[in-house]
Amino acid sequence: MACIKLKNLEQYLQEVDVFENPKVQLEQYATMPHIGARMLHTIQSSFGDIDGKLVADLGCGCGTLSVGAAILGAGLCIGFDIDADALSVFHSNISEFELSNVDAVQCDVAKCLPSRWKKQFDTVIMNPPFGTKNNHGIDMKFLQAALDLATTSVYSLHKTSTREHILAKAAEWGVGAHVLAELRFDLPASYRFHKKLSVDIEVDFVRFWFKPSVKK
Amino acid sequence: MLTSKCLKGVNVGYPLGIVARDIKVLETEFNSEFVLRIIPKLDWDTLWNAADSIGHSGDLPRTLSDDYENDVEFLKKVHHVLLEVEVINGELVCPESGRKFSISKGIPNMLLNEDEL
Repeated sequence: MACIKLKNLEQYLQEVDVFENPKVQLEQYATMPHIGARMLHTIQSSFGDIDGKLVADLGCGCGTLSVGAAILGAGLCIGFDIDADALSVFHSNISEFELSNVDAVQCDVAKCLPSRWKKQFDTVIMNPPFGTKNNHGIDMKFLQAALDLATTSVYSLHKTSTREHILAKAAEWGVGAHVLAELRFDLPASYRFHKKLSVDIEVDFVRFWFKPSVKK
Repeated sequence: MLTSKCLKGVNVGYPLGIVARDIKVLETEFNSEFVLRIIPKLDWDTLWNAADSIGHSGDLPRTLSDDYENDVEFLKKVHHVLLEVEVINGELVCPESGRKFSISKGIPNMLLNEDEL
């Protein structure tokens, strides 16, 4: 199951079911197959951080990234999310794809990830809430949780407008951070308050890693 | 999957007991490298007891031998109990408070109410 082609991965991810009724307060929106496939493909082909690894997907939602990581050969990928409805779609996706290297746990990532999970994962991938809907700062809580879990690196999406802040925080925490790509999220009007048909938001795909890197 | 149960605790409440109502045994690809990297992260006694409590300890040894790295048969057994035995429906029980966390469709619900935080 070595590195499959980007195009094929994207095709698979298009088959992943997403939110039927996204919840505004949780900032639910699916990771688009186009973006998810590119993220995962880069993580595997440039850094080798998926194949055979123990991967966590924080705020996994319906599981686009988890499914992709599993397809790319993760030893085991565990999705964490607070929302039972999303996890139910997650569950049907993994059955649909007949993936056995994916699992999920329902919990509140921002509040209390069990401490025994700390530093148990190799890689953390996530498309966290951006903290724009009365939940300011939640993106940073996700990032902190991710850095607590991972031993190698964390891959995450953040609004480009918060880049300075993110990089400054990473420096403060003593972790390396590098913007791998600047993406355009074409958010289809999934919520009623979206006045336009779709909104483009600028998002950074960021890799965080630990210095000094003892492990490769 | 038992991994979650082995690694996880509710702050101090560890290990969680397992009440399994429905268990599924599946087949997954064996990756010895992955299993080798997981074993040092496990609390072996806890894993053994967890497997035993749901009737799946099989002939898994009670203690880790010193040269398990080279014992392919053993690694396959660990692979089986970690990745192929899944509790579909049941509960995880905190050993201290007795608080139950339900497992449905193989997904444990670890959410706490506001007053439990």
